[in-house]
Amino acid sequence: MNWTLVLPELVLALAGLAALVAGVLPKRDTSFAINMGVFGAMLLAAVLVMAQPEGTAFAGQYVSDAFTRFMKLLVLAGAALGLLVAMDWNVKEGLAKFEFPLLLLFSSLGMMVMVSANDLIALYLGLELLSLSLYVIAAFNRDSERSAEAGLKYFILGSLASGLLLYGASLIYGFAGSTNFDRIADAVSATEGVPFGLVVGLVFVLAALAFKVSAVPFHMWTPDVYEGAPTPVTAFFASAPKVAAIALLTRVAAGPFGELVEQWQQVLILASLGSMILGALAAIGQKNIKRLMAYSSIGHIGYALMGLAVGSDLGIRGLLLYMAIYLFTNVGAFAVLVAMRRNGRALEGIDDLAGLGRTDPAMALAMTVFMLSMAGIPPLAGFFGKLYVFLAAVYGGYWTLAVVGVLTSAVSAYYYLRVIKVMYFDAGEALDARPTSLSVVLAGTGLFTVFFFAFPAPFLAAAQAAVAALVG
Amino acid sequence: MTQPLLANYFPILVFLAIAAGIAVAMVGGSVLAARQKPYAEKVSAYECGFEPFDDTRRRFDVRFYLVAILFIIFDLEVAFLFPWAVALGDIGWLGFLSMMAFLGVLTVGFIYEWRKGALDWE
Repeated sequence: MNWTLVLPELVLALAGLAALVAGVLPKRDTSFAINMGVFGAMLLAAVLVMAQPEGTAFAGQYVSDAFTRFMKLLVLAGAALGLLVAMDWNVKEGLAKFEFPLLLLFSSLGMMVMVSANDLIALYLGLELLSLSLYVIAAFNRDSERSAEAGLKYFILGSLASGLLLYGASLIYGFAGSTNFDRIADAVSATEGVPFGLVVGLVFVLAALAFKVSAVPFHMWTPDVYEGAPTPVTAFFASAPKVAAIALLTRVAAGPFGELVEQWQQVLILASLGSMILGALAAIGQKNIKRLMAYSSIGHIGYALMGLAVGSDLGIRGLLLYMAIYLFTNVGAFAVLVAMRRNGRALEGIDDLAGLGRTDPAMALAMTVFMLSMAGIPPLAGFFGKLYVFLAAVYGGYWTLAVVGVLTSAVSAYYYLRVIKVMYFDAGEALDARPTSLSVVLAGTGLFTVFFFAFPAPFLAAAQAAVAALVG
Repeated sequence: MTQPLLANYFPILVFLAIAAGIAVAMVGGSVLAARQKPYAEKVSAYECGFEPFDDTRRRFDVRFYLVAILFIIFDLEVAFLFPWAVALGDIGWLGFLSMMAFLGVLTVGFIYEWRKGALDWE
């Protein structure tokens, strides 16, 4: 048994248990201390991930390589930023309970297990640990009808997706004879003519994972849940879990089912096209900025999936870079939404941003950077994300994907630019002063988005190493 | 015995026959010997204090739900403990410590629900 390999997960799990006891035993309020403790545990886990050796553990159920390292660092960064964004909001909304950071911690643990899963059982365990935590934090503001509705809706549809996943996994187990990814890969490449049941099982698993990343046609829950959940929770939903689910999708598609590329490619191309088109068109009429960001995230998943759908190393590298850039840009944009508060009341309308260019130029500038980056305007980070994905599509000869991608980018630029127009050209009152934690997040993610073009080499190298580890 | 597999199930057949006999004797005895004074509440099925036939969307105290959930967790724990206890000699220290880790996690959960007052009815 190779215990040292799973050290990051062990640290998170033990920290979670310790924090649960430490939170509930004392009579006084310990939420701030536990926030800090969880934040520290996430940083410690990130350091341990960087030092993690490569190999497999738990009889081949758990794998650690350059791909898992890359994805885990992204996931932990997303979770830590999510916690930072939420802390002040929770205090102001009277939601500062110690369970909040704990749920973020347990969902991070689930995501890390997902990323490292090399077996259908481990995959399911990680996914459920993540999902159960997410259902609860979606309904975290339990006195709000909308938050409770978001949690319930997410729970019911998420359970349906879990059912699909389990059904697909049972079919794969039945036809391949094993739940281990390596054994499944052997079964897929050994047989002459792949059994039909295996393909059906694969499609079910893909459908369930498409639900988790909210790709069309499994996206219906996204706008409602994003709108109803508390804003910092939405910020978390749109960042780390998507990265983890994309990692899982990539691992399943490129790992055990790498030989079946023609089978899953059709599914992913359709999902990618649908997501890009819906993300671009449906966001145009939105008045609530959280709904706008929900449709925007569906569109971004479409661009990211394009990288996987072309089925080349170049495409997967583009996908990994896209998710890294999307994560930081998205957290930054959501930090602005969390800061939208006037006379102590949280705001969600796009119109409420009016006048921000005069009343808070720094935040307006940051939001402009994030919006332009999401629209894919050079030289901001989002442009490079799209560039690598589109390049992979063009090199692979998938012209339809690339052309639709460029066209939907142009359409979606309309609603990103509209936010900028409202901030600079409409008149409005000043927002409340933003807390320091949000300023730190805004500055960090903003600088990353602006200066990515100056030092893309380390990210490219890390993504390249991750792809090499994945495809082998 | 020509059918050893079926013969193995003979005790179950005996058990079923005895169970059927006792059930018939009890119901039949009460029909024959006892005084019968039926009324609506008495002949309706007993459903833990709820109306047996009713709109499914009625409200009930959420504490019932909480108790049921907590019951299932510890019920499952016992379901895991039995096969573990039987096989303990074969699974060695790894098996022993795995269950201890599981029980440790469950104990932390128990401390949480106890301190949160989930076990207090009032």
